[in-house]
Amino acid sequence: MAAAEYIEPVASPPRENYLNVKYGVKSWLLTRDHKRIALLYLASITFFFFLGGLFALLIRLELLTPAGDLVQAETYNKLFTMHGLVMIFFFLIPSIPAVLGNFLIPMMIGAKDLAFPRLNLLSWYIYVVGALFTLWAVVHGGVDTGWTFYTPYSTASSNGHVIATAVGVFITGFSSILTGLNFIVTIHTMRAPGLTWFRLPLFVWSHYATSLIMVLGTPVLAVTIFMVAVERIFRLGIFDPALGGDPILFQHLFWFYSHPAVYIMILPAMGVISEIVSTFSRKSIFGYKFVAFASVAIAVLGFLVWGHHMFVSGQSVYAGLIFSVLSFFVAIPSAVKVFNWTATMYRGSISWRTPMLYAFGFIGLFTIGGLTGLFLATLGVDVHVHDTYFIIAHFHYIMVGGAIMGYLGGMHYWWPKISGKLYPEGLAKFAALVIFVGFNLTFFPQFILGYMGMPRRYHAYPPEFQVLNVMSTAGASILGIGYILPMAYFIWSMRYGRNAPANPWGATGLEWQTPSPPPTENFIVPPVVDRDPYIYSPEVETIG
Amino acid sequence: MADARGAGVVHAADGPRELQHHFDSMAQQKDASSLGMWLFLVTEILFFGGLFTAYTIYRWMYSAGFADASRHMDVRLGTINTAVLICSSLTMAMAVHSAARGRRRPLMGFLAATMVLGAAFLGIKAREYAEHIENHLFPGAGFHYAGPHGRPAELFFSLYFAMTGLHALHMIVGFGLLTVLLVQARKGRYGTGWSTPVEMTGLYWHFVDIVWIFLFPLLYLIGRHAH
Repeated sequence: MAAAEYIEPVASPPRENYLNVKYGVKSWLLTRDHKRIALLYLASITFFFFLGGLFALLIRLELLTPAGDLVQAETYNKLFTMHGLVMIFFFLIPSIPAVLGNFLIPMMIGAKDLAFPRLNLLSWYIYVVGALFTLWAVVHGGVDTGWTFYTPYSTASSNGHVIATAVGVFITGFSSILTGLNFIVTIHTMRAPGLTWFRLPLFVWSHYATSLIMVLGTPVLAVTIFMVAVERIFRLGIFDPALGGDPILFQHLFWFYSHPAVYIMILPAMGVISEIVSTFSRKSIFGYKFVAFASVAIAVLGFLVWGHHMFVSGQSVYAGLIFSVLSFFVAIPSAVKVFNWTATMYRGSISWRTPMLYAFGFIGLFTIGGLTGLFLATLGVDVHVHDTYFIIAHFHYIMVGGAIMGYLGGMHYWWPKISGKLYPEGLAKFAALVIFVGFNLTFFPQFILGYMGMPRRYHAYPPEFQVLNVMSTAGASILGIGYILPMAYFIWSMRYGRNAPANPWGATGLEWQTPSPPPTENFIVPPVVDRDPYIYSPEVETIG
Repeated sequence: MADARGAGVVHAADGPRELQHHFDSMAQQKDASSLGMWLFLVTEILFFGGLFTAYTIYRWMYSAGFADASRHMDVRLGTINTAVLICSSLTMAMAVHSAARGRRRPLMGFLAATMVLGAAFLGIKAREYAEHIENHLFPGAGFHYAGPHGRPAELFFSLYFAMTGLHALHMIVGFGLLTVLLVQARKGRYGTGWSTPVEMTGLYWHFVDIVWIFLFPLLYLIGRHAH
């Protein structure tokens, strides 16, 4: 079926879809179509991904040699701060929700748009304004507080552009809040007739859980950053011990959001993986309800574990013990997911297409990242490896090995739907392999470095750490090439790619029941749902 | 409107003009608006929650200092302001009621009354601020506080200005929303079929009032109870 589409000449007048319905800058900047807004986000976050990657490149180049010879210590502080800020607030948090979630949630539930289209566009503008503040700070010398803005350094000592950056993060937070709000209301009120909660794709469930965190957590970050900014401007003592304040309070408030924020980054990726694993195993997802509720459980438990970032900050031992135990609990729903994906694949008819390669990568790397998270949740071990490269390796396994693998897997999986074009499969498989190899070469040595005691956030290190650091830098170069490849062939495919059929993977979701690319109103005939998701039966044709 | 095209126009023509193209019915649209507003208020609770947490911690750490600083509040003005706000909630509720019944003139009257009360609150608040600043109670370089509780008092006033300042900002936003409602009400936009914006603004206004109901005792009254 795909082949027939391919041979057909493109001479026939193109069908009207959301991409060609209108042209011109204005039709994009004033659009209220969730699909076009998703593409606006795609362009912006791709820019920030490569900007954050540039900072990472400079960090890795500095660490190629033990001496601090490429940049000064102060510059290095700014580099890792800007890397973290850009990657977390301007790439990872909006990545899957604002691009794929925005594009797909209305289609997956059979709606014409999100509940609040204007608010959706506003979210993007808010993101852009926040991004401009942060870019201004970058251009004017950057900020050196670390992405965590720890007080009293950020309020009393740092001479970087703390205020501009804080304002940027504060503003961007509202974009995230409004996106989450929009998703929750949409999922509650806009589902197609017959689409009950337990017929929703797991991608939608995971975005529902993510949205809960965005809505409940982000306001706390906003008010915390507000307090930091006010304290810095007026020289107040809210967090300054010299003036009677308590810097640990800042850490509590900060991590109350920023730990759940980790789940904002990983839960949507889990949703993507559920879709991919089911489609390319030709099997219904194993234990649907468990996977669905595991997302909600991760969101809820995520709010109860923030204190594990503060084991050595001087919080009470008893608080530390409780946070440690609660952190272990997060492993349960996470493991449920991993087991259920594995069980889904068991005796499935697995096809090794690019999205599935990313899914395999995700499952393996997330498992390593998750298990090392258990080490860190253990009080005694954490005291040993706190603030070392072990931590860096751990959270990059979750955020890069997990979230970005999920994001890229999802981008490949839905690219035919988004662009109406097929990407080059052979090259894409090669890129997935390059990314997997590059990722592991970059970050696995960091586990060893951290365990040996190399601290994070220093631009120089003892010579005995050099071999592993050289490996890591070499891996980062490979990873960088791996990331440039998909961007290049996605752009290439928009012009030269084969036309995509409506359902190139033979998948079951509603988004595949409409042409690629979809019309502005998503469906030619409003869908009615009469069955569970992921029903793959033998009479459904296998993938061509 | 701006992107009135294709199916959107056709569909909207089927229903009332307030029905946006992506909804199937007015009921669905109303559900979405209500849920959205309530969720927004939840985010507001968490937003203020950060400040309330900071207040709780420091009140616990410096209870004597906070009680002492609280005695510098003007309880008379605070009480008047509380009464003013409660009355504004009443007029707002009446406005929602009038809008749902399609009574245009009472709706305009109640909206205007709510705005007058809101402005009165802000005026009284501004006077209190002026007094505090005059008495060197604004935190920072110019802060001056006699007695042993200088540092805790400065923390108290930091939180006082942050919390009441944010609250006042919300009042100003509410005032802006009411202005829009008044203009639209004058044009006769709200009736028995559709008064969602009035209802949603009402929710917001009540929320802002409730925040004050918590702020008032925490900031004005803690130094008042007998020892």
